[in-house]
Amino acid sequence: MKRLSRLRRHRAAGPILLIFALFTIGTTFQVASAVNNESTSIADRAVTIEEGKQIFLKGCSSCHGLNAEGGQIAPSLIGVGAASVDFQVATGRMPMADMSVQAMRKDPVYNAEQVHALATYVASLAPGPQVPGEELLNYERDGSVAEGGELFRTNCAMCHNFAAQGGALTQGKYAPTLMGVEPRHIYEAMVTGPQSMPVFSDKTITPEEKLSIIKWIKSAEAEPQLGGAALGRVGPVTEGLLVWTLGIGLLIGVAVWLAMKAR
Amino acid sequence: MTARERIAGNVAGYVDDRTGAAKWMKKNLTKVFPDHWSFLLGEICLYSFVILLLSGTFLTFWFDPSMREVVYEGSYEPLKGLEMSAAYASTLDISFEVRGGLLMRQIHHWAALIFMVGIVVHLMRVYFTGAFRKPREFNWIIGVGLLTLGIVEGFLGYSLPDDLLSGTGIRIAEAIIQALPLVGSYLAFFAFDGAFPGTAFIPRIYTVHVLLLPGIFLALITVHLMLVWYQKHTQFPGPGRTEKNVVGYPLMPVYMAKAGGFFFIVFGVTAFLGAVASINPIWLYGPYTPGQVSAGSQPDWYMGWLDGLVRMAPPIETHALGHTISWNILIPGLILPGIMFTGLALYPFIESWATGDKREHHLLDRPRNTPNRTAIGVMALTFTLVSLINGGNDIIATTFHLTINQMMWFSRIAIIVLPPIAFIITKRLCLSLQRADRDLVLHGRETGRLVRMPSGEFVEVHEPISAEKAWLLTSHEQLAPLELPEHDASGVRRAGLIKNKIRNRVSRAAAVAVPKATETERRELEGHH
Repeated sequence: MKRLSRLRRHRAAGPILLIFALFTIGTTFQVASAVNNESTSIADRAVTIEEGKQIFLKGCSSCHGLNAEGGQIAPSLIGVGAASVDFQVATGRMPMADMSVQAMRKDPVYNAEQVHALATYVASLAPGPQVPGEELLNYERDGSVAEGGELFRTNCAMCHNFAAQGGALTQGKYAPTLMGVEPRHIYEAMVTGPQSMPVFSDKTITPEEKLSIIKWIKSAEAEPQLGGAALGRVGPVTEGLLVWTLGIGLLIGVAVWLAMKAR
Repeated sequence: MTARERIAGNVAGYVDDRTGAAKWMKKNLTKVFPDHWSFLLGEICLYSFVILLLSGTFLTFWFDPSMREVVYEGSYEPLKGLEMSAAYASTLDISFEVRGGLLMRQIHHWAALIFMVGIVVHLMRVYFTGAFRKPREFNWIIGVGLLTLGIVEGFLGYSLPDDLLSGTGIRIAEAIIQALPLVGSYLAFFAFDGAFPGTAFIPRIYTVHVLLLPGIFLALITVHLMLVWYQKHTQFPGPGRTEKNVVGYPLMPVYMAKAGGFFFIVFGVTAFLGAVASINPIWLYGPYTPGQVSAGSQPDWYMGWLDGLVRMAPPIETHALGHTISWNILIPGLILPGIMFTGLALYPFIESWATGDKREHHLLDRPRNTPNRTAIGVMALTFTLVSLINGGNDIIATTFHLTINQMMWFSRIAIIVLPPIAFIITKRLCLSLQRADRDLVLHGRETGRLVRMPSGEFVEVHEPISAEKAWLLTSHEQLAPLELPEHDASGVRRAGLIKNKIRNRVSRAAAVAVPKATETERRELEGHH
């Protein structure tokens, strides 16, 4: 008891008690307010889903069905997840410009908020791949360029070309160029496999490897034109074109000049 | 005699006393060459070959033709730490560590493309002007040999760096070897010293690329030029030019200056391309691994038509007695090129057989005056161009928003339909141009001046063309077709009836022409104008 009373009168007792009390109150408030937040976010989410549903009914349901169950010309969206919606709509691929073989990238029809609402609505129908968070996309900090390049050449280059410039597929389908694509959309494309692209699940390519691939694509995008004009980075076709036009053109021009009679 | 002249004379005398070169030099330095821009096309090949030798030697100082596994530690960040062959790593080092290395690599590659373009345009000039006729058939065959070896040499060079693109090319070459019936698999094992890719192929093709083929090139080019020297250069017809003379300028000083200057211009154009335009950026392709392939894998243009033929071939295979014969590779990869190059090499003999013309020719033809030959040439070019276009079908499809299937079906049909159409159109065009020449000789040049006659009639005044031009338009000879009789003088049927019939038919086709204006026709018409 003597010891306790001595501590109670210690010089530091007051401040320590104060800190302790503040910490307790703070933590309690934190927990309480978090609970409160969750309940409001559930309410917000219901509103967002409703918003998304309205957009869906106006813009998407004519093809995908009133309950996203799919139809004659469009697939069911139940279980495709928020990532799929975010990729298709935020890159402007959906709504489609026309019923050609493949939806092409164009200016998006909906703004970021509307895309979020649509994605939330579709995700609410059944679980599916989520929109990746910032932590999965921090390619500037994490990932390895060289490893990403190896993975890209093994898994992606056969369609998207060695420098991610895109390439042709059968029947007019094509693998688009990856230059200027948002890291989030690259990630979502790998997870959801849009159009002709296969799904690269987290078992085939782990999230860290996906990040490395994004890091490599971004490095290819920023790569300076080493050795002169890049000629589209599509291989020898443009080189052949240049030599048959500018190259031999210059040389024949000089030959004609050399063979002219002196005046 | 000034002091300078005396010294020069002494030096020349010293050399001549020991080599006897003066007489030879005097004769050959005054040798006359005719002047025409198209006679410089072959020089483009010669000079780019010199550039290839020089830049290639530079590259061998650093290139390591080895399949030894190394870990890349150079300055190109996106490949750092990757395992690759020493061949690929040393090519990266040439590009990024060696001073001037990337420029030299690019000059070497552009020079190779220009070399092949030069060969093709030179071949076109020789073909369309009939310069291959007697006595130049051997030189034509040497030229075809140089073209063929050039394709092989270029392909080997493209394969050496062991990047993803060149490895894909080697894989296709292996498939073509394997497509040979019976011996294919064994030949492939022999070439690769076992299974693809192995470690033997790159060192082997390096020896062939830098030693064997350049040696053969040097020998063939030397013979090619010596024959030109000995047989003298052909010339275009013109006043004063005959089958017996050469009209032009002497080698020294005119052609020394022109040809010497042209060398530096060819070097300049090649260096310019090497400096401003990237070629074969192997660091983007990555190291070769058999498990990887890139979209848009193409060969260089001189192999592109072969790739195009393979790409359009329908998938046909035969399985018999435990063997597979891949017609889809065998026909476009080996049989068709074999027919094309054999036909090309034998063309001079085929033509002289068809026309029965066994005389020497030193005066060139204007392409319009030999419609059949010109049409055959355009037909062959059309065939090659369609296959070349199909070789880039994926790039064309994505660039012009076409489908690769449309491209393939277009090529499959066009490769059969377009060449004959090109033949017919070219032949008609040639005959029309002959008709225009005839009109020009007979009626003169249209002046565009309209005159009203007292009777009220309007006529356009024609101006007679110069005597030189009239001579140029009428100097060519028009051979009559062979008329090999079916029966000999005694009424007995000659041997080889079918052969003679074919020959008569071909010869008649070759002799189709608009009769050129004769002197009598010209005089007769003079009364009217």
